[in-house]
Amino acid sequence: MSKATFRGGIHVTGHKELTSGAATIHAVVPDRICIPLSQHIGAACAPLVNVGDRVKKGERIGEVKGFVSSPVHATVSGTVTAIEVMEHPGGSFVPCIVIENDYLEEWHESIRPNSAPATFSPEEIRKIVFEAGIVGMGGATFPTHVKYAPVEGKAVDTVILNGVECEPYLTSDHRLMLEKADRIVAGLGYIMKSVGCSRGVVAVEDNKLDAVAMLREAARSNPAFSVIVMKEKYPQGSEKQLIYACTGREVPVGGLPIAVGVIVNNVGTAAAIADAVEMGIPLIERYVTVSGDGVLKPANYLARVGTLFSDLIAQSGGTVGEVERVISGGPMMGKTVFSMEVPIVKGSSGIVVMKKPERAGPAEYPCVRCAKCVDVCPAFLEPTSLVKLAKRCKWEEADAANIMSCIECGSCVYVCPARIPLVQYIRRAKQAVLAGKAKATAVK
Amino acid sequence: MTKRNDLLLVTSSPHIHSRDNVPTAMRDVLLALLPALLCGLYFFRLPALAVVLVCVISAYVSELLCLKANGKEVRITEHSAAVTGLLLSFCLPPGLPLWMAALGSAFAIVIVKHLFGGLGQNIFNPALIGRAFLLASFPVAMTRWSRPLDGVSTATPLGILKEAAGQPLPDLSQLFIGNVAGSIGETSALAVLIGGLYLLYRGHIDWRTPGSFLGTVFLLTVVVGAIKGEGIQYPLFHLLSGGLFLGAFFMATDWVTSPVTRVGRILFGVGCGCLVVLIRLKGGYPEGVAYSILLMNVVTPLIDRYTKARVFGGARSNG
Repeated sequence: MSKATFRGGIHVTGHKELTSGAATIHAVVPDRICIPLSQHIGAACAPLVNVGDRVKKGERIGEVKGFVSSPVHATVSGTVTAIEVMEHPGGSFVPCIVIENDYLEEWHESIRPNSAPATFSPEEIRKIVFEAGIVGMGGATFPTHVKYAPVEGKAVDTVILNGVECEPYLTSDHRLMLEKADRIVAGLGYIMKSVGCSRGVVAVEDNKLDAVAMLREAARSNPAFSVIVMKEKYPQGSEKQLIYACTGREVPVGGLPIAVGVIVNNVGTAAAIADAVEMGIPLIERYVTVSGDGVLKPANYLARVGTLFSDLIAQSGGTVGEVERVISGGPMMGKTVFSMEVPIVKGSSGIVVMKKPERAGPAEYPCVRCAKCVDVCPAFLEPTSLVKLAKRCKWEEADAANIMSCIECGSCVYVCPARIPLVQYIRRAKQAVLAGKAKATAVK
Repeated sequence: MTKRNDLLLVTSSPHIHSRDNVPTAMRDVLLALLPALLCGLYFFRLPALAVVLVCVISAYVSELLCLKANGKEVRITEHSAAVTGLLLSFCLPPGLPLWMAALGSAFAIVIVKHLFGGLGQNIFNPALIGRAFLLASFPVAMTRWSRPLDGVSTATPLGILKEAAGQPLPDLSQLFIGNVAGSIGETSALAVLIGGLYLLYRGHIDWRTPGSFLGTVFLLTVVVGAIKGEGIQYPLFHLLSGGLFLGAFFMATDWVTSPVTRVGRILFGVGCGCLVVLIRLKGGYPEGVAYSILLMNVVTPLIDRYTKARVFGGARSNG
């Protein structure tokens, strides 16, 4: 059987064997939990509690401000000891609610199973998804209920669950698919009902055939569900590349998946939706991989949101050697954090701890026009040409050359033999293009 | 806030790279040239060795002097100078006076590479300009060919085809293994092919360039052969003789001077192929590989400009 794929992309050493066979461990819930009030793309939440208040597990402690926003919930029961600005794994500083854990694990009164989840209307499911604080768990953290809001004149015919996990080191989605395939499939059913479509697909790379088997088994009862095996290639998990591989449709430049009748969710999001719809449980914990050459015992955890990176690294036996970088997410698109004292958030798929390399990498050379960046670009751009424009601050020409279509996957940098920071230049140029457009609009 | 003695290195993603870099890529090219080098040394013996060594040394020295003179960081460990020197020596006759070889190599590095801005900036393939420069300056010495193994003066197969009708042409198997007169590194299509396949395997070159180049020469000579009433021997002879394989796998695929787009590489190869056949059949020289590639180098920016790929999700019309 031919495997679904896209044009471009790279083959990266996965290092997934470090953790792919390790059953998920329930992470020790720490004494102190730090819950950022912004765990999603969009407006940050306003705190609903004050210092000194007692909170219960699952209680809403952050209220949304704005349409694209998502509430946050207490992930333990205990006492609020501080509301202070802390480092966020996304690289910014955001207000966090710090809770002293009382270890009573007392659920909030609002959390109770729904007796007849099958009878929920699409609107009711969307409301539950919103109230459970569910956001895209693949890392983008876009509020999920917003994604499901009907768009005038656009019908959704396919829901794709992203179980590709093409980032090296990460195995949290792999373990989730093995351990909770039935929850993922149940969640897929609710998503399909919520957006009113009849085709549900789970996409998994061919390096996780055991997960494919589990999902097929779980999905057997319903002919509307299917599992598609994708060729192992980075960035297969990128939304637009995934849609193309599954449906043959290209999301138009500047468009959203709904433009081609598709909604994409991470497999973790689907499982969280099943928990919310059936048991009333908000998004308070998630699967997290802790891996990399800088950690003693790489492992997969089911961790509460608000657990610090340092807590999980300590549970993994601590660091090894001189740690240079700690990445929130995978090494291709993840963000390095300032320190290990940052909390797990809803979008934290993994922590990769990297030792300082024994030898410094090769120096940067001038571009030798090898065109490897052109060959691998999944957006069909010419990174080297864009960078030449960016270096000369030719923002308008860069815009005309479709620089805004760059998905920032970093494949160009990975293959560049001259070690030119291509995507970094492109990011800078994209900011300038956006700023220029904002300015032009303001002048009008 | 925590104490700030726990700060980690913060970098913009991606945080990992492939192992390939410019020095390792140049090393791969040198490795790929090794079979052709060994064949050249076997067939043409000491005179060939001397030319090769002089070209490479001259290239290194010129590179060093240019980097120093331009105040650039001296890092000739990336071996691009060696690649230029070696490739130039491959398209020189084995008995060329050594001072000419040294001069050609220095010309390639100083004039063609560094006066245009150094690594990555040159418009023309330095080795091929080096050869064109020597051919224009020393036409007699540059066309004095010797027979493999014994070094007796003779004509190249293409020279026989063009100017000395009546002399027996070598058979195809001799052409394939390289037991014919010609430039040091070009005679063995087999040895060049082995190196080319290695570069393809390592992902350093795209099959489109040699594929379209060789394919075009083959198709055109099939047609010409049919008109002339010759059989399949004729196109195969053209395919295997001269510097066609060397040019198609190692010169037309030169990163710096060939197009970066997929379609562009095909156009480049087709253009090279047409020019080779035109020069061989209608031009003043028996062989035209070097000039065909140099002429296509000129239009590389134009090709790149008009063959830009459609952006993912963009309109499907050509643009």
